[in-house]
Amino acid sequence: MEKQPQSIDYNEKVISIKGLTKSFGDYHVLRGIDLDLFRKENLVVLGRSGTGKSVLIKIISGLLKADSGTVNVLGNEVTTITPQDLQQLRTRIGFSFQNSALYDSMTVRKNLEFPLVRNQKSLKRKEINEMVERVLEAVGLGQTINQMPAELSGGQRKRIGIARTLILRPEIMLYDEPTAGLDPITSMEINNLINRVQERFNTSSIIITHDLTCAKTTGDRVAMLLDGQFQRQGTFDEVFEGDDVRVKQFYDYNFIN
Amino acid sequence: MDTQNSTTAPATKAGPSIGKRFTQFFVDVYDVFAFIARFFKEAFVPPYEFRELIKQTWEVGVRSLLLITVTGFIVGLIFTKQSRPSLLQFGATSWIPSLVSIALMRALAPLVTALISAGRVGSSIGAEIGSMRVTEQIDAMEVSGTHPFKYLVCIRTLATTISIPILAIYNGLIAMLGGYLNVAVNEGTSFSTYIQQFFQPLGFIDFESSLIKSTIFGFTIGIVGSYKGWNSSSGTAGVGKAANSAVVTAMFLVFIEEVIIVQITGWFR
Repeated sequence: MEKQPQSIDYNEKVISIKGLTKSFGDYHVLRGIDLDLFRKENLVVLGRSGTGKSVLIKIISGLLKADSGTVNVLGNEVTTITPQDLQQLRTRIGFSFQNSALYDSMTVRKNLEFPLVRNQKSLKRKEINEMVERVLEAVGLGQTINQMPAELSGGQRKRIGIARTLILRPEIMLYDEPTAGLDPITSMEINNLINRVQERFNTSSIIITHDLTCAKTTGDRVAMLLDGQFQRQGTFDEVFEGDDVRVKQFYDYNFIN
Repeated sequence: MDTQNSTTAPATKAGPSIGKRFTQFFVDVYDVFAFIARFFKEAFVPPYEFRELIKQTWEVGVRSLLLITVTGFIVGLIFTKQSRPSLLQFGATSWIPSLVSIALMRALAPLVTALISAGRVGSSIGAEIGSMRVTEQIDAMEVSGTHPFKYLVCIRTLATTISIPILAIYNGLIAMLGGYLNVAVNEGTSFSTYIQQFFQPLGFIDFESSLIKSTIFGFTIGIVGSYKGWNSSSGTAGVGKAANSAVVTAMFLVFIEEVIIVQITGWFR
């Protein structure tokens, strides 16, 4: 299933990264990354485990510090931003974690309310309830509102995790391995949800994955991370049509619809 | 040559290792102080989490009540029972209530409460925050523009700082009843006489130092549990280690603080 073309605004960069490097001890994970994400674009970052895909989006969201380079997100330079401004910026970025990272001790409703009531203090109870219900309906899980995370399936947890980030109406979505550990049908549901989120909430997204079905279904553009740098960028077909053995190897070991 | 090499090799190996450990020790000390400084920086500025503070204070206080009641009663009863033979030799059993009151109020009640709380509350704080760290729940709070340090660390530390002095007072009163049971059975002393003798040797400084001591113990238990959980390494083993280390470190620090506070209050007595 190919991704339908979207109305991407190529004049507006929401993320612009130049010369980004990051090392952990002697291990150089990112070695001079350059990357732009445009308004309403879904960019898929592909790569093997341990190539620094998650590190990249953690630097974008300010969870990790870059060693060098610049990371401009929605007009803010993340590498030099003040904690207060970073706090503000984060309300405009949604981060969907690989393991969903739902708050174990809270119901689905409380999970969704947690960022909302702390960032929009003027909201009335009725408005909060409406927003929670609306976002749950958007991910198709209205019936789970009073359940605990432990009572949900893996796919439901992923969707609630996405709903929790959507409640603040972010402009950018960062998905870390959205289909990891899910069966093919649930994976396809998540892929469709990522596309629906892009259409309905007008988000620009970076999707970190090593699942080629996810890449093909959700990506307007695909970037292949190898040896700490983007070796190939373009549409899904453009990335995989070359002769690079490592890229071919990656393709051959995946199943594509 | 070979012998020379083999004798010099371990020495060169041990050098950097000790140096590294020495440096790491100071890095750890710095981290602890930075963590405590962050607590004071964030705990008393808005946004406040009053509802969560009440919930956590309730959790720490009310959920520990049964344990504190049972241990307090037993400590009072046993301490009185064990003191009797020595005082009996001098025909001074009428001093038992005074002896018990001084021991309980000055040392035992705050110390026993702190040790029980370190085991029960400190470990649970360490495990809870630790598991939130390794399952990226803290990162999720961070990236959603909320204040996980305030919500998790400040609130829990404040909750233990508020609850443990109250529990210590309660523990002391229950231990007093335990002591009374023994005195009433052996001497047939009335409750009003016992109470009068119990409170007679105590001065304001005893209550004051006990309360200050328990407050410091409460803060220590909360901040140590939070620190260990917040800095726990990944994996379930890391969570277990954080919980265990929270208990051991808090208990050790409580004893050290006890010694220091006893010395300081001794100057004012």
